[in-house]
Amino acid sequence: MAGKTLYDKLWDSHVVEMRDDGTGLIYIDRHLIHEVTSPQAFEGLRLAGRGLWRRDANLAVPDHNVPTGSQERAGGVSGILDPVSRLQVQTLDDNCASFDVVEIPINDVRQGIVHVVGPESGATLPGMTVVCGDSHTSTHGALGALAHGIGTSEVEHVLATQCLIQRKMKNLRVRVNGRLQVGVTAKDLALAIIGRIGTAGGTGYAIEFAGEAVEHLSMEGRMTLCNMSIEAGARMGMIGVDDKTINYVAGRDYAPKGALWDAAAAYWRTLHSDADAVFDREVVLEAAEIKPQVTWGTSPEMVLPIDAYVPTLAEQSTEVERSSLKRALEYMGLTGGQAITDIQLDRVFIGSCTNSRIEDIREAAAVAKGRKVAGSIKQAMVVPGSGLVKQQAEQEGLHTILLEAGFEWREPGCSMCLAMNADKLGHGEHCASTSNRNFEGRQGIGGRTHLVSPGMAAAAAIAGRFVDVRTLAGDTL
Amino acid sequence: MIPFAALSGLVAPMDRANVDTDVIIPKQFLKSIRRSGFGPNLFDELRYLDEGQPDSDNSHRPLNPDFPLNHARYAGAQILLTRANFGCGSSREHAPWALADYGFRAIIAPSFADIFHSNCFKNGLLPIVLDEQIVFRLFDELYATEGYTLTVELAEQRVITPSGEVLSFDVDSFRKRCLLEGLDDIGLTLKQADAIRQFESQWRQQSPWLFDVIE
Ligand code: SF4
Repeated sequence: MAGKTLYDKLWDSHVVEMRDDGTGLIYIDRHLIHEVTSPQAFEGLRLAGRGLWRRDANLAVPDHNVPTGSQERAGGVSGILDPVSRLQVQTLDDNCASFDVVEIPINDVRQGIVHVVGPESGATLPGMTVVCGDSHTSTHGALGALAHGIGTSEVEHVLATQCLIQRKMKNLRVRVNGRLQVGVTAKDLALAIIGRIGTAGGTGYAIEFAGEAVEHLSMEGRMTLCNMSIEAGARMGMIGVDDKTINYVAGRDYAPKGALWDAAAAYWRTLHSDADAVFDREVVLEAAEIKPQVTWGTSPEMVLPIDAYVPTLAEQSTEVERSSLKRALEYMGLTGGQAITDIQLDRVFIGSCTNSRIEDIREAAAVAKGRKVAGSIKQAMVVPGSGLVKQQAEQEGLHTILLEAGFEWREPGCSMCLAMNADKLGHGEHCASTSNRNFEGRQGIGGRTHLVSPGMAAAAAIAGRFVDVRTLAGDTL
Repeated sequence: MIPFAALSGLVAPMDRANVDTDVIIPKQFLKSIRRSGFGPNLFDELRYLDEGQPDSDNSHRPLNPDFPLNHARYAGAQILLTRANFGCGSSREHAPWALADYGFRAIIAPSFADIFHSNCFKNGLLPIVLDEQIVFRLFDELYATEGYTLTVELAEQRVITPSGEVLSFDVDSFRKRCLLEGLDDIGLTLKQADAIRQFESQWRQQSPWLFDVIE
């Protein structure tokens, strides 16, 4: 019999019951909650007179709506200016109080984007099933966990039953041979993969990222990579456990200690695909061929290397392709054939659950050091992923480097990633963004998002347009 | 959940691929703590010429004359015909809530994004996957025929066109039953509470570090 994939192992260990129709009742170890997708779930419980199945499996944190300006933030929940946002954050507090869910509140130093907080606090551990009412829950797969986003009905289902009814996905391995070049990051790798397989390429699959380039990534880089699985159409992405995983988890607040740690670590070491495991599909990339990536259009698959040119209508073979390109070019205000490096920028956003961890801030600061944000840039903001990331960055003096270069240094939250708070793009503005979605209107109505790595975003802030961070950064990288 | 009865409904087009959930219901409406009332803001940025705000009165907003749902011929549509990878992007259930609240009961596309697809079933909305070529043809027929209606028979897993053509589709048997009978997922799962408890106690023994840590 063939060996098991990592996904097979994680799935098998959590099956409560398989049903005749091929669906399984799957046990959920960790449920992360935020303010946007939970109010209707708690309301549902209340209406049906149901309670929580298991209190200690849940952890809540507000992130999407929280203000990132220090003044507004200082006022806590009641200081949130937008009354609708305030009500939503307040509702999370109230629901957590009445259902007795542990919550990290708005101005706790541990508060942050739910996908940064989970791994950082040890609430996410290898071998777990992790769900959250947010599609970027795939991030947590970097720790060797089975992690995916769910809708609000499923949030309610997990709260009430600790289980989900799931159908097993197929296995897709994305293997990346060799090493990434210096200045080319996990974000570039994620974008290059999406460019290769498309935004629906992973639909129906659980992706496992493997190969030398992936092994070589830091845990932060692995989280960036798994984070964007959903942009490739896959609900979940994951990476096998190795020493880096174990070292990352050690000592975290909610991680096991002492004898329990030894038992846990021994088990976690078994969490990788067997050598003879069979995947339904495999995609192979050569790391050395990947250059810094920039999205030019309105879907993450509309991505090219920094030295490329925006596609032209004449290059498209079908009418559907032509019309989708035409719409994207129009929306983005670009011309086919234009060099990516000629795209002028208005704003720069470094943050989001994709790229707001300490390593991302270091990467941006390394580029920003001793340089200045171009005068043509209206705003360049850095939004750390959590209070702990912020604290660490400040201990390292990164905020001083960034502030001196002309970047804003904000309080943690989702911020301009989806512009639910005051941080947003104006109509027609181009933004170099380290987030994950460049959909129409995602960062503000009429806003034009270009997805890049933190280093590329910082370089773009300094040049006022896209440049290859490897040529700008010189010795600093 | 309301059971999904047989449906014979007017069809409206959403003629583009990769329609993401930000397009279906823009983020400012996600601030609502309610489950209903999203219909007027379905496809908000395409449907209106100004920027919609939660709790704003939509009846006086300027409509985009080019957007099909604003055309009289599609008023009251219950079936949405669209292109590949519909519902990609975020997991927000507000997307199916908005579609259902508007009055849609079924969506036909060559493919759907995974999370959106599963969210539909929880809200009485049937996502139907038909072959890309067939969808192409349905678009042609739809544009050519005013008052174009399709019949959807979930029990038989088929769509019937005005000319009597029968198009079969696949649907997960468990989800089909839940839709047809309007079953409450949570109630069903709780019938297996003993099995869940049994699993849980064995799992606690095996992986004690997963329990009683977040207090
Ligand atoms: S940072 Fe962006 S993508 Fe991540 S959870 Fe927040 S809104 Fe979603």
